[in-house]
This record gives sequence, structure tokens and C-alpha cells, in this order.
Amino acid sequence: MARSAVDRRGKRRTLMPADQSAPAVLLRNVAITFGAGSEVYTAVRAIDLEARPGEFIAIVGPTGCGKSTLLNASAGLLKPSEGQVAIFGEPLPGLNKRAGYLFQQDALMPWKTALQNVAVALEPQGVSRGEAETRSRAWLRRVGLAAFVDRYPHMLSGGQRKRVALAQMLIRDPEILLMDEPFGPLDAQTRQIMGNLLLDLWAANRKAVLFVTHDLEEAIALADRVVVMSAGPAARIIGEFPVSLPRPRDIAEVRLEPAFHHIHKEIWASLRTEVQKAYAQGEFDAGEGAA
Amino acid sequence: MRRARLLLLQIAVGLAFLLIWHVLTVYPILAPTRQAQFFFSTPLDVLARVWKEFASGEIWRHLGITLLETVLAFAFGAAGGILFGFLFARRELLAAVFDPYIKAANALPRVVLAPIFALWFGLGIWSKVALGFTLVFFIVFFNVYQGVREVSPVVLSNARMLGMNERQLLRHVYWPSALTWMFSSLHTSVGFALVGAVVGEYLGSSAGLGYKIHEAESVFDVTGVFAGMVILSVFVILIDLAVTLIERRLLVWRPGPSTNGQA
Repeated sequence: MARSAVDRRGKRRTLMPADQSAPAVLLRNVAITFGAGSEVYTAVRAIDLEARPGEFIAIVGPTGCGKSTLLNASAGLLKPSEGQVAIFGEPLPGLNKRAGYLFQQDALMPWKTALQNVAVALEPQGVSRGEAETRSRAWLRRVGLAAFVDRYPHMLSGGQRKRVALAQMLIRDPEILLMDEPFGPLDAQTRQIMGNLLLDLWAANRKAVLFVTHDLEEAIALADRVVVMSAGPAARIIGEFPVSLPRPRDIAEVRLEPAFHHIHKEIWASLRTEVQKAYAQGEFDAGEGAA
Repeated sequence: MRRARLLLLQIAVGLAFLLIWHVLTVYPILAPTRQAQFFFSTPLDVLARVWKEFASGEIWRHLGITLLETVLAFAFGAAGGILFGFLFARRELLAAVFDPYIKAANALPRVVLAPIFALWFGLGIWSKVALGFTLVFFIVFFNVYQGVREVSPVVLSNARMLGMNERQLLRHVYWPSALTWMFSSLHTSVGFALVGAVVGEYLGSSAGLGYKIHEAESVFDVTGVFAGMVILSVFVILIDLAVTLIERRLLVWRPGPSTNGQA
């Protein structure tokens, strides 16, 4: 125990100089375990990941490989069991105040209208109610919901709710965007539209993005770099692939380019065995559970 | 069109019931009319008595007192339930320590407390308010407790990621969530406040609907008892209607039962 504390302090010193060139998110040798005693489950281990300011990173991997766990560690919602998380060169003490988080599930407050949901995001920053409302209206217009400001979440479609959540996250102007399969529950057309909307908004104001998805095509179409994770448990990063497709991109059209296919083939070669592993494991687990 | 038909059928059931009651008590079919009327009165007599009560204006005072007791019992019970529900939900230890006592207190039939309350608070309205309080408190308490405990973890994480502090979380997340649960039991808790008031009056008082009914019973005035029951039922329906209106206003954000709200 004492030894690891010394280690941590030693590392912290090397991380301390907080200059502008420091990575927005830096995970160093991160391991995350759940449970205790004989029931310990290691979700991820030996994770080294770096996101530079303005860089769009997509994390892909088979289901249950701990992609979301990595995001939660970067958000400060989860404390890693081992290793460090550094945000712009500084160790993360608690919640990551410089990050915005877009959840896979519906995270809007159901008792607030679209406008109130977006405006409430400015309250912690001490913005007056009137100004918060004006700015929220502008944001809802940007995500194409000008006509729906007074709707409650249950009156909106899944895609519209995601737009509200996007506006809620971006209105605070966070320096890091963490997205956990945000478009997962949407249908294919809506996903494309949302992807393009996200790229437009991101191009206007480039932030570091960690975008988790299980859809490799989505990952390539969006990202500057695709990070591939192995099957869980104890998942790790097994490859990083730069995506040099030109921007601005159109999610639907970029898929038709030869370069896209080339990258897809390359990444899929390393991802396929992991997906099969995860699948086989799922079968095994199910068999064990039934026994 | 369907609504009109439904209403017509509902009225028909009521009229049929009144008609059977009338025929059996006015004509000597099952028993001599005097005997039948002593035990069951007749619908026309009951209606006439209700009319007389309102015409003389005497009943308004009793209605007002029962209403006041109901409102006070609900207000105090809800306030206490909300306060303790929040406190226990946010302090694990407190909830764990008091758990058996709360269960025991809630299991107690409240009617046995009525004489004690009469002793402590006298025969005025406060003993009835106390009885209603013990009924309302636990319903609201359990619902608020549940509501705070079962806030969606994703909504909570999202709010925290937006940078909300404890006070803002309380205001924007815990409080609305707890209120939803409380309102889902609003009909029950308002009903129980009224039960507390009427039972309290019935067991010892000098005014209120419960008192009116008890007074009539003690002189075998069946017409008076039934008239009191009719007035009480109409009163309950009106209060329930008011609750529905309040609920509809406060829970506009909730998906209606017909619109298939997806979580």
C-alpha cells in the first residue's frame, strides 16, 4: 500500500507542469476492478490513452469490454484502482469539471422542458436565469429544436431527446467531450443525421472527444483516431489507428471512399478476433450460468 | 358518444338501486313497511333530510370543520412525511436505526390512538388532526423515501457532470423525483386525512360530519345516518376531483397513460 502511494506521488510530480500542450485526457497504466475478495472482477487493465486538445478519438471494442468504464474514469465518476488520470496535465481529484458527458441512456430531467433542461446546465456557473434562457433558445435552435423548446422529454422522439442532451452538454462549453454510445438506441437514419450534427458543432469549436461506440463504421466516419479494445474481462487497448480522411466529412458519403474501406479492413482484422472471443465467452458464461 | 353512453349507464345503475330500495321499503314485500323503514329508511326520506340539512344551513358548519381538519391533517402529515422522508433517504444510518420502529408504528391500527389523542388534545379539532396526521405521515414518508432513493442514477450522474452542487441536486433532481412519488399517492393520502377526521369526530366531538352521523345513530335515526353518509360521499367525490385537478397541473411533464411513454 505504502509503496503504491510513493509511486503515485512520484508520478504526480512528473505530471505537474500544466502547460497548454498537455494532453486533454491522459490515462496512464489504468486498471479498474469491481467488487472485493474472491468476487473481484477486473474490467480493464494496463490502459494508456492520450487525447490531445481538439482531437476526436473513437473507442471501439466488443460489448462488455469496459469502454464505458474508461469514460467514467475520465469523467471522475469512477476512481481507477490503479494508475493515474490526468486532465490537462493535472491529476483528477474528483469529478472532472472540465468535461461534458453524453450518456447512452436518457439522462434528461423528465420534469423539465427541453428549454429548462438546457438552461439548468448554466445554473452551476452562476448565469442569470434570463440570460440562461436566451442562450438555451439559441442552442436549441442550433440543434434544430426551435419549435420544441416547451416540450417535455416524453413528448420528444429519441433523436430529439439526444439533441436536447447534446445542447445541454455543449452550452457549458466543456473542454473535453465524453460520449458513451450516445446514438446507440437510435435508428440508422437518425444516427447519420446526429453524427453529422455532432461533426458540424465540433468543427465550429474543436474539443477533445472520447467517443465510445461498438459500431466501427461510425467510429471511422467520425474520428481522427480509432482505439480498439480487446474483449473483457481485463480488457486492454490492442491497437490505435489514425484516420486521415479529409474534413469536413459527411457521415453517409465518407463511407463510400476507398480510403474508408482500407482503414475499415485494417481495423476489422484486429477487432474481429476480439469480437469472436467476446461472443464465445458470452456463450460460455451463459452455459456456466445454466449449470 | 361513448362517454355519454357510459354516463347514462352509470346513472341507470344508481337509479335502479334507488328504485329497488324505494319499492322494498314503501311496499310491504319482504317485511311490514314500518319495520322496513325503521331499519332502512326510504330514499325519498333521506333525500328530503339532506335537502333540509342544506336548507337550514346547519350542515355547512359541520362540513367546514371536517374540511378544516382534513386539510390540516394533510398539510402537517405531508410536511412531516416529506421532511423525514428526505432526511432518512439521505442518511443511511438514521434509516437503518429507525427502521423497526417505523415499521412498528405504521403497523399499529390508528383507531386505538383516537382516545389517547382526545385525552391529549381535547375534543376539539386538534385530536382529529392528530389522528389524520398519523395516517397521512406514513404514506407520504414511505413515498418520499422511495422517491429520493430511486432517483435514476443516469439522471443523477448527468446532473453531477453538469456541475451541480448538493443544493442544486436537491432542488432539480431529488425534490422533483420525490414529489412525483408523493403525488402518485395523493388520492390515498387525502382520503386518509378525511378518514382520520371523520373517525375522530365519530369517536368523540361536538361538531363535524362524523359527529352528525354518530348523533343520528345514537337515537336510531336511520334516515339521519344515511343522509350523513350521502353528504359524506358527495364531499369525498368533490375533494377527490380537486386533487385530480391539482395533480394534472403539477404533473404535466408525465407521460399520460395512453401515450406509450418510453423510458
